[in-house]
Amino acid sequence: MNYNWDWGVLIREPYFEWLVSGFLWTISVSVAAWILAFSLGSVVGIARTTNSKLLRGIGTCYVETFRNIPLLVQMFLWYFVFPELLPEDAGMWVKRELPMPEFTTAVVCLGLYTASRVAEQVRAGIEAIGQGQRNAGLAMGLTPAQVYRYVLLPVSYRIIVPPLTSEFLTIFKNSSLALTIGVLETTAQARQIEEYTFQGFEAFTAATLLYIIVTSTVMLLMKLIEGRLRIPGMISLGAK
Amino acid sequence: MFGEFDTSVIFDNLHFLLEGMQTTLILTVIAICGGLVLGTLLALARLAPFKPLSFIAGSYVNFFRSMPLILVIFWFYFLVPHIVGRPVGGFYSVLVAFVMFEAAYYCEIMRAGIQSVRKGQIYAGQALGLTYTQNMRYVVLPQAFRNMVPILMTQAIILFQDTSLVYVVGVKDFLVSADLVANRENRILEMFTTVALVYFVICLSGSLLVRRLQRKFAQ
Repeated sequence: MNYNWDWGVLIREPYFEWLVSGFLWTISVSVAAWILAFSLGSVVGIARTTNSKLLRGIGTCYVETFRNIPLLVQMFLWYFVFPELLPEDAGMWVKRELPMPEFTTAVVCLGLYTASRVAEQVRAGIEAIGQGQRNAGLAMGLTPAQVYRYVLLPVSYRIIVPPLTSEFLTIFKNSSLALTIGVLETTAQARQIEEYTFQGFEAFTAATLLYIIVTSTVMLLMKLIEGRLRIPGMISLGAK
Repeated sequence: MFGEFDTSVIFDNLHFLLEGMQTTLILTVIAICGGLVLGTLLALARLAPFKPLSFIAGSYVNFFRSMPLILVIFWFYFLVPHIVGRPVGGFYSVLVAFVMFEAAYYCEIMRAGIQSVRKGQIYAGQALGLTYTQNMRYVVLPQAFRNMVPILMTQAIILFQDTSLVYVVGVKDFLVSADLVANRENRILEMFTTVALVYFVICLSGSLLVRRLQRKFAQ
């Protein structure tokens, strides 16, 4: 294996800037998509535990649709196919005037996909509490909305902190798929450095380290938070 | 819009698309088999009483689990020709990447499965005078595999979806074939919708099957 080592390439102009900007894009895509995934996922997850057949059906359809199509195919659907399906004016607007089209598409796609996974965790959390608590709340005269707000949700969110952490890490890793529609995030920049300099080993090592640092930091932080949020006498769990 | 949805493009290129699907399936099957073998070995190493061995296996798993699959694919696409010393083509690089990557996930599933076998079983095996290997081979692993079947199948479905990521290095799987046709015939809408539908039907049937198995095992 003959290979010209040159670790200096990583701190040279403009490659260092490329890595930094790639890293910032990775973080922006992941955080923005996570906000969408968490809010929508909570709504869908709650819908799947209600007594309404219609809401449960919609929730199930949502989850099954998004879980059973590869993320990359979804990315292409949003980027290439979705604008074609809109009415002409709206389609034109998406194609021509949507601000930061690649970034926005990546965030929407990742967010909607991960929402289906978050929904499963939220549902598992609520179901883990059991029917008794719900009935007790209703018997006390709380409305169904109040039962969720004051009885079910506060407990279930505390139970599902660990699986939600791993969902966040999944979205963080999946943000690399944004490169397929042209977002120059960490992996894309590493690849670009390799193509420009042929220093693939150094470039990919840098990207790998960035991912590992973030993953380990998040895990460490969440361990601390988990310890504080843990409900005594209850083991944490998640949906598989 | 759907008014001009042209299905003939799909049938005209059916043979080409099926070839792509064949590559996808071959990749999935080999990655599952390779991943299972390597994953089982890793899980055994991770649970081994010999500390350095379990540390190495643990680091391997954590390392691969904190990396995006795309980056792993790029890594091996770049590394494999360097290690082998000659160009090997995208398919083999990707295959190595998938086996190594999946092994980390299968290892965790295996570990959970092995740990789900009750301690009493292991003690009983030891009391009968079985060696560590015999105990694993005849007592623990057969039970562990049974407990793991649903999760292993779910992982297989995820892997089947993940193989579409070979797109980034241009290996001609189902998605890439469809993409080629879409661009050649300028039929992006039809091709991508078809691809999504095909994946959806296959994966949904798979997950329904898993759910039935789960119910059967739970009885």
